[in-house]
Amino acid sequence: MTEFAVECDNLVRTYRQGQVRALDGVSLRVPTGQVFGLLGPNGSGKTTIVRILSTILKPESGTATVLGHDVVKHPERVRRVIGLAGQYATVDESLTGFENLRMIGKLNHMENPVVVRRANELLEQFGLTDAANRPTKTYSGGMRRRLDLAAALVARPPLLFLDEPTTGLDPQSRQDLWTVIETLVEGGTTVLLTTQYLEEADRLASQLVVLDHGKVIAEGTPPELKAQLGTTILALTFANTTDAAKGVPLVADLSNVPPIVDGSNVELTVNSGPSTAIDALRRLDAAHIELAGLALREPSLDDVFLTLTGHKADDGSDLVAPTTSTKKGRA
Amino acid sequence: MSTQTTSPATAPESLASSGGGLRWAISDTLTVARRNILAIVRIPTSLVFAIIQPVMFVLLFRYVFGDAIRTPPGVSYVDYLIPGILVQTTIFGAVGTAIGLAEDLQRGLIERFRALPMSRMAVLGGRTVADVLRNVMVLIVITVVGILVGFRPHGGVVPYVEASLVMLFFAYSLSWGFAYVGLKAPNSETAQAMTFPLIFPLTFASSVFVPPEFMPGWLQGFAKNQPVTQTADAVRGLMSGTPVGNSVWVSLAWSAAALVILAPLATRAYRRVV
Repeated sequence: MTEFAVECDNLVRTYRQGQVRALDGVSLRVPTGQVFGLLGPNGSGKTTIVRILSTILKPESGTATVLGHDVVKHPERVRRVIGLAGQYATVDESLTGFENLRMIGKLNHMENPVVVRRANELLEQFGLTDAANRPTKTYSGGMRRRLDLAAALVARPPLLFLDEPTTGLDPQSRQDLWTVIETLVEGGTTVLLTTQYLEEADRLASQLVVLDHGKVIAEGTPPELKAQLGTTILALTFANTTDAAKGVPLVADLSNVPPIVDGSNVELTVNSGPSTAIDALRRLDAAHIELAGLALREPSLDDVFLTLTGHKADDGSDLVAPTTSTKKGRA
Repeated sequence: MSTQTTSPATAPESLASSGGGLRWAISDTLTVARRNILAIVRIPTSLVFAIIQPVMFVLLFRYVFGDAIRTPPGVSYVDYLIPGILVQTTIFGAVGTAIGLAEDLQRGLIERFRALPMSRMAVLGGRTVADVLRNVMVLIVITVVGILVGFRPHGGVVPYVEASLVMLFFAYSLSWGFAYVGLKAPNSETAQAMTFPLIFPLTFASSVFVPPEFMPGWLQGFAKNQPVTQTADAVRGLMSGTPVGNSVWVSLAWSAAALVILAPLATRAYRRVV
């Protein structure tokens, strides 16, 4: 067994006859026994990585091994050591929760009594015992997601791929799933998690890779990524967008990176918060621009992403100055 | 929700039972077949398509259209009709295979299957085995309903079983064709839309409901020689104990040829589907 659960080098995969480069030379080292986060917006290549590592898709070039097994040469060995749970909660709607788990167990070639015991155990752990004999089409979104995760755990795989496990879930269900994932990792499971929620990556992942357009654009621990930025975010709220347009050029040079402008809200990444704040206030006061609000805060991974890519993690819009127009709406 | 998720064993339980390729191929196929059968039985619309619709067809043609349709001399329409309905129902039922596979693809279930250590053939194998079981169910229901409305299979029990096997083999080869359509369709609605232009001329311009000799001349050439007619004639001849000519062998040849072409096509489509 190697020290890394997943090792891949220069993975390339294109779609539509090479027009879309979903993966453009990605290399990863996922250490065993922790949550490794793949962070990026839609279309950044996260899901493609998971599909290659779970043997669903073959890479066009590059190599990948999962717990020492080559995904192209020995996919059948890889399939015996992984569990996969996806953003679409792929359970069979006409089967009950129990039947879904039993089917997955049987297809994992577990003996019947073992499957039945394991299925009941998981249903209880995931709070689904009462719904065990109901068709899953009657399940709520959170229940489906839990069943989907349970299905991935039936064969007790040492490595778990979670592809956006909490996308579309309500906050309480999300918290519940986070707790489950943390407990799994305490028990020794390695988790490769993809997410577009920075809060999720921050909370769960020991190490992170940030992806954009099929490339790794940053990697490290969450604190390391935050440290790549200045230490503080200076958030200015102008009275209106006209004032913001006038004010931004006056304060832009206080930061090494372009200010983030969203309507009348402007954010600057700065090294020394209080002194820069005073500086900004002086300049704006001299130009007779009044502020509606001013705040200093620690940078979040959201800020990291914005600085690295020039766009927010959860949409494709470009919010970086000099534009002052707001382009919202999810991609 | 409890948080006492048990720690995973260092050796996954699935590893303990690897090997025995053929045994697992059969076991996996039956697991998938069972799942597909449960889906047919539990989803009301699919049960309606599988069982209730053919019964409606029997009643419609027996009592509404029947007396207006000419039959060859000495043959009652109900004896002509029931073997035809059997063949027609298996064709219509195979549409469910296309729709089901397209749905599984859309929902990501096929992806989940592909990440499991199961036999590669089990998804299509299980689907087509489930089709056979559904057709056996249809065969029994239509036979019973047919006898209730006056159908008298004079051929006897052994030819009846032979007729059933000819029909089931034909349906089995069709299942692979519809599996191919389901894998190629972008979604289940399209899968359904793609199959109807195929099955309508094959089913209705055949000897299923109406003897082709009473169709317009330009249509007879197609209607008399196409595989659905050959199969319906073979099934009808065997069940009613009338001469079958070479229709049994022609039907079997069509089915075998279709299977040889369509099964590898569908298998290849499955391998490339994601």
